[in-house]
Amino acid sequence: MAFDEYQKREFKQVGKRVRRPDGVDKVTGRAMYGADATAPGMLWARILRSPHAHARIRSIDTSAAMALKGVRAVLTGADLPDQEDVFIRDVQNNCMAKDKVLYDGHAVAAVAAVDIATAKAALKLIKVDYEILPHVTDVDKAMAPGAPVVLDGRSLESVPAGMSANVTEHAEFGHGDLGAGFAKADMVLERSYKTPTAHQGYIEPHAALASVTSDGKAELWCCTQGQFYVRTLCAAIMGMEASQLRVTASEIGGGFGGKTTVFIEPVALALARKAGRPVKLVMNRDEVFRATGPTVHSSMDVKIGMTKDGRITAAEAKLRYSGGAFPSGTHSFGAQAAFAAYDLAAVRSYSWNVLTNRPKEAAYRAPGAPQAIYAVEATIDELCQHFGLDPLDVRLKNAARKGTKSSYGPTFPDIGLVATLEAAKAHPHYSAPLEPGQGRGISCGFWFNFGGNSCVSLNINTDGTVGVTEGNPDIGGSRASISLMAAEELGIDYDRVRTIVADTSSLGYNDVTDGSRVTFAVGLATIKAARDAVRVMCERAAKIWGIDADAVEWKDGAAVPAGPNAGKFPPMTLAEIAAVSFETGGPIAGHHEVNVDGAGVSFGVHIVDIEVDKETGATKVLRYTVFQDAGKAVHPSYVEGQMQGGAVQGIGWALNEEYIYGEDGRLQNPTFLDYRVPVASDLPMIDTVILEIPNPGHPYGVRGVGETGIVPPLAAITNAVCRSAGVRMHELPMSPPRVLKALSA
Amino acid sequence: MVKVLLWGSLRQAADGLTEVEVDAGTFKALLDRLAEAYPGLEPQIRRGVSLSLNGVIYREAWFTEIPPDAEVVLMPYMTGG
Repeated sequence: MAFDEYQKREFKQVGKRVRRPDGVDKVTGRAMYGADATAPGMLWARILRSPHAHARIRSIDTSAAMALKGVRAVLTGADLPDQEDVFIRDVQNNCMAKDKVLYDGHAVAAVAAVDIATAKAALKLIKVDYEILPHVTDVDKAMAPGAPVVLDGRSLESVPAGMSANVTEHAEFGHGDLGAGFAKADMVLERSYKTPTAHQGYIEPHAALASVTSDGKAELWCCTQGQFYVRTLCAAIMGMEASQLRVTASEIGGGFGGKTTVFIEPVALALARKAGRPVKLVMNRDEVFRATGPTVHSSMDVKIGMTKDGRITAAEAKLRYSGGAFPSGTHSFGAQAAFAAYDLAAVRSYSWNVLTNRPKEAAYRAPGAPQAIYAVEATIDELCQHFGLDPLDVRLKNAARKGTKSSYGPTFPDIGLVATLEAAKAHPHYSAPLEPGQGRGISCGFWFNFGGNSCVSLNINTDGTVGVTEGNPDIGGSRASISLMAAEELGIDYDRVRTIVADTSSLGYNDVTDGSRVTFAVGLATIKAARDAVRVMCERAAKIWGIDADAVEWKDGAAVPAGPNAGKFPPMTLAEIAAVSFETGGPIAGHHEVNVDGAGVSFGVHIVDIEVDKETGATKVLRYTVFQDAGKAVHPSYVEGQMQGGAVQGIGWALNEEYIYGEDGRLQNPTFLDYRVPVASDLPMIDTVILEIPNPGHPYGVRGVGETGIVPPLAAITNAVCRSAGVRMHELPMSPPRVLKALSA
Repeated sequence: MVKVLLWGSLRQAADGLTEVEVDAGTFKALLDRLAEAYPGLEPQIRRGVSLSLNGVIYREAWFTEIPPDAEVVLMPYMTGG
C-alpha cells in the first residue's frame, strides 16, 4: 500500500502557527529569486517574438545580428533537434518556433550578448520573412467549419468524425437517464456562458541562468515549480543524459501552476552551449503575458432540471475549452469536476479541447474546474431564484456525501461537503443583514488533489538538530509544514528542524509542486523518513543498553525501554543519541521514496457580499468568507493564506481579468496596467473557516488545500452581482463596461 | 473478474460499452488486459490514465491489488496547478 491509514492522535507540533522559515530573507531582500542568479563571464539573452498570430516562417536571416560586436550566440528553431516524441516536440516548439508561429509572442529567435543593450540591438537586426496566415483566437470560431487550422492532424481518436481539425480531444462523463430526469423537473433551465483567458499573475517573471561546459555537463538555475520536471524536459530537448544536467530551483515569487513547464530554460541552455559561456535570460512582463501559459478560455452550455422544492433531477454540461496553440487535456478536468458537488441520478458532461492562436495554456489552480463549476453554480442559483429557494438549502438537499456515485464515476468515500455547507449556513455571515443595493452570492467548489513521486532525506545532526532535504519548491509554506511534521514525528520542537529544497542531483525524482500535493505527499514521505530515523535511533539506544532493538520504543522525543521486561534505563533523548552517533555506528539519517496515492478530494463553499455601482458598473466586494475542508491543517496560517489567495484570484477573474485580443490576433493588454488584478485596496479581509475532516489516506489526515479556493468565486460573485444589480450576466469578467451594458440592455 | 467503469468517450473503443469486465488482480494486469481486449483503448492507456479503487484515486501504482467486488473506475491522468 502506497499510503498510510489515518490514525487519530494528539498533536504537539502540527497545528501550531510557527514562524515561517523563509520570512526574514523575503522581507529583507536576501531571498534569491530566479533573476538574482549570476555567474562569472555571464552573457545576457533576449528573445525575438512573433508580431503575428499565425504565420509561416519562410526564412530567418541572423547574419547581421551575429556580426554585431558583443553578440556571442544566436539561436533559432533550426538549431534545435527534430523531436520524435510528439509531446516533447510541442514543448520545444512552444519555446522556439520551427516552421510556423502560432500566436502573438511566439519565440522565433534568441540572442546572447555581453549585455542586455547589445542583445536587444541584435534582435532588431534579425530578419524574419513571414507568410501571414489566417488566424483564430476564439474557441467557438475555431470549432466552426472552415476555421483556420492551427495545427493539422492532432485530433485524438476520441474526437468524433466531422469536427474541425482544431478539435484535438473529447471526453464524456456521467450516468443515468437524462431524458427521464429532465421529465421529472418542474423547470429545465438552459444557459450559455463564456470565460476569458486569465493569467496566474505571479509577481516574479520567469528567469533562468544556464551554464554548459565543453564536456557536456550543464547547470541550470531557474524559478520553477518543479526542477526535476524541468530537467526531464530540458534533457530531452538538449539530447542530454539526466545525470549531466543539474537543475536548482530558486525561491519562487508565485507560480499557481504557471511554472509547471518550461518556456525559456531550453533556450538559455542552448545559447549557453553555443556560446560556451553562462547565459542569463529573464522575461519581462509583456513576455510573461504573451508567451507563458495562462488558462484555457471557454464557451459552455449548461442544462439543469429542478423540482419546485429544489431537487435536481438531471444535469448536463457541454464545455468547449481552448488551451491555445497546442493540445491540452484540461477540458476533461472541467468535465469531471462540473457536477462533482452533487448527488445526481442523471448527469452528463461533454468536453472538447480546441486549438486557437493563443499561447499554450498551463495549469492554474484546479485547472479546468473554475470555468465548469462557474457555469453550473450560476445556473443552479438562477433556478433557486426562480423557485424562491434558499441557495444553501438547495445545495444541502443535493449535496454529494459518502456513498454518492460521483458525476465522474467513483463512489465518494468520506468527504466534507455537507459539513462545509452546514458550517456556511450556521456562520453569522450568511444571516447578516444586507443594505439596499447589496447582494449576496454563494457557490460550491471542488478539486481532486493528488499525491505523486516524493523523496525525503532526514539527517540527525550531532547537536540534536535535524535537517530535512526535500525536492519541491516551496510555493505555499511547505518548508514550515514539512518541518512541523518532522518535529511531530521525532518528538522535538519545530525550531530544531530546518527543511531545504534540494537540486536534482541531490535526491531522487520529485514530481512538480502542483495538484495541492506537497504538504500531503511530501509530508507523508517526511513522516516515513522520520520513522526510519527513529528506527535507527532505537537500535543505537538498544546497543548502548545491551538489549534487543525490539525492546526499545520512541516516546516524546526519546528512546525508552518498551515495558518492564526490557530493563530499567532512563529515557535517552534524540540529542543524547545524536551526540554519540559517531561512536555507535556513524551518522544517523532516515529517508523515504514513494509515489503517494490516497489524496482526498476537497470541497469549499464561499459566501460573498457585494455592491454594484449602477452609474459606473464597478463592483465592490464588501465581505467574503471561505469555508473549506482542509483535512488536518498542519500550519493553519498557511492554510488560511491558500484559501484567501484562491478567493482573491477568483475575484479578479470574475470582475476584471481577461486576455483581450484585437482583430489582428494580437494581445491588447499585456501589462498589469491593462490586465487588472485585484490589489489590497480593492478587497476586504477574506475571512476563513477551516474544517478539519481527516483524509483517511494520510497518517495525520492531511488533504491538499492549494487549489479548491479559486473554484467558487466566479459563480459566487456572479450570483451576488445578480442580486445586487438585478441583471444576470453569463460572461466573465463582469468588468464595469460589461455591467453597464447589461444594466442598459 | 473485475468490473471497470470507463468514461463515456471511451465507449467507441470498447464495443459501445462503458462498463467492461477483465480478469486482473492488480492495476498493471488490469491495464494490460484492457488493452488486449479492447485495442482501441491502448492509445489512451499509453498516454496515461488514473484509476479509482473504491473511491480513492491512483495515478500509477501498477502493483496495487484489486480486492474482490472492488469498484474500479478508469479516469484521465490527473494533473494540477
